[in-house]
Amino acid sequence: MSHQGVVAACSDAATMIDRSVRLARRNVDTLFASILLPLLMMALFVYVFGGAINTGTEYVNYVVPGILLLTTGYGAASTAMVVADDMNSGMIDRLRSLPIHSFAVLTGHVVASVARNAASTAIVIVASLAMGFRPGGGVVDWLAAAGLLLLYVVALSWLAAGLGVIAKSVESASTLSFFMLFLPYLSSAFVPPESMPSWLQPVSEHQPVTPVIETIRSLLIGTPMGNSGRIALAWCSGLLLFSVVLATSLYRRRNSR
Amino acid sequence: MIIEAIGLRKSYGANDVLSGVDLSVEEGSVLALLGPNGAGKTTAVRILTTLTRPDSGTATVAGYDVLREPARVRGAISLTGQYSAVDENQTGRENLVMVGRLMHLGRRAAQRRTAEFLEQFGLTDAMDRRVKTYSGGMRRKLDLAMSLIARPQVIFLDEPTTGLDPASRSAMWDAIVDLVRDGTTILLTTQYLEEADRLADRILLLDHGRIVASGTADSLKAQIGGERIELRFADDVQLLKATGVLDGVADELVLNVPSDGTAAHLHHVLDVLRDNGLEPERVSSHRPTLDDVFLALTA
Repeated sequence: MSHQGVVAACSDAATMIDRSVRLARRNVDTLFASILLPLLMMALFVYVFGGAINTGTEYVNYVVPGILLLTTGYGAASTAMVVADDMNSGMIDRLRSLPIHSFAVLTGHVVASVARNAASTAIVIVASLAMGFRPGGGVVDWLAAAGLLLLYVVALSWLAAGLGVIAKSVESASTLSFFMLFLPYLSSAFVPPESMPSWLQPVSEHQPVTPVIETIRSLLIGTPMGNSGRIALAWCSGLLLFSVVLATSLYRRRNSR
Repeated sequence: MIIEAIGLRKSYGANDVLSGVDLSVEEGSVLALLGPNGAGKTTAVRILTTLTRPDSGTATVAGYDVLREPARVRGAISLTGQYSAVDENQTGRENLVMVGRLMHLGRRAAQRRTAEFLEQFGLTDAMDRRVKTYSGGMRRKLDLAMSLIARPQVIFLDEPTTGLDPASRSAMWDAIVDLVRDGTTILLTTQYLEEADRLADRILLLDHGRIVASGTADSLKAQIGGERIELRFADDVQLLKATGVLDGVADELVLNVPSDGTAAHLHHVLDVLRDNGLEPERVSSHRPTLDDVFLALTA
């Protein structure tokens, strides 16, 4: 790509980011749901289930990292729906018939998704402090946790964008993205994997959500890190690479129906 | 020829949407693809605008091959589709600036041209309202303005006035006529003979994925007989007498007289009848419709 091409591609992406962020800000329902649902889930786990779950620590400290990942799951799932909605709109035909880079449109949606997730994550953290979450960790730990969470959100948002592109409708996008909401429940997010039946434990241990949660827990609560940091990074970068390639090629393919 | 297509074919499963369409459009002229729903008009436009790949056939637009150089084609054209391609949750102004920026106008230039277009299309008062509050006509105008902001060489308009009320339709026609005056090449699709008649230099009649007739509006009308006056008489005797004094075709008790549709001609016909002591029971005038064209050309 020539220098001029790079500048043009960046300008296209910036314009599309501007659009998606503006549309996301005005899509009050989605914004509201992606903040409210995780808050309700957190209240549910802390106040209703928490008393019956023994994790060896204060349950609110155990569960908050899991809630953070659940939040991003909701955020990503709504991204799939937003993208699917956009793919079925007349606007997408116009965007496709303009001489712009094919990844610009999806980049716009992904950045808007990350921004929405950052906002809801911040709100969830503030609420969790009010519910008794007492994290430790220094500035570096918090930055590392934020960085990992960001990488995870970006990867998940690209995956969601890809699902949004192949979905035939908003409803099917919602169905396709269901597993993103479900995966945290099968991880160490809410209960220690040791309490699960033996056949389920490997599923819980060898899926991306568990190492990410364990790493964040270790950084913020001070539980042992082990090698979960490296595994989490590997999962997230792999997922990101896979999702970007998948989403952009699906977008291009859909282009030439 | 700024648009040239040869042997375009496209089918979805067993359904042949286009079965070998050839077309060419001269620079600065207006071509109308006229046909009913399902004739293949939109598919033809989607192929020429690089949105759909044909199963076979070739096409060039503005000198670029739609299959091999789609990006260059996209740089030279704009498409206003059947469903308005506007963001409902952005304002009219935001929509226009966005497209201007995507065409790599500078920020200032995009804003300046946005202001010009809002003015030209009478949308200045509504520019800071979200598009979802716009009427159908306003949306279509915004849609067209968004297509024009890049100053494309070729404009594709897919059923530009379908679903509009008569006032909006006529405003849309005026906007299109202005474009033509500026020398823009336009390919439009329509279901309305009147629209093709008003706007197009040449008309292609499309039916079941084939071109069944082509020519100017006048030549097509000539093929289907044009406008006529229907005179119904009380009995065969009167009808016979009338056929003796007027040129026309008798059908049962009705005499069909070709007409130019003017009041003067109607006066003349009635005067001739009165001078011969004839009084039709009923008089009606009949203009050719798309139905007539189709009955005549696809039967």
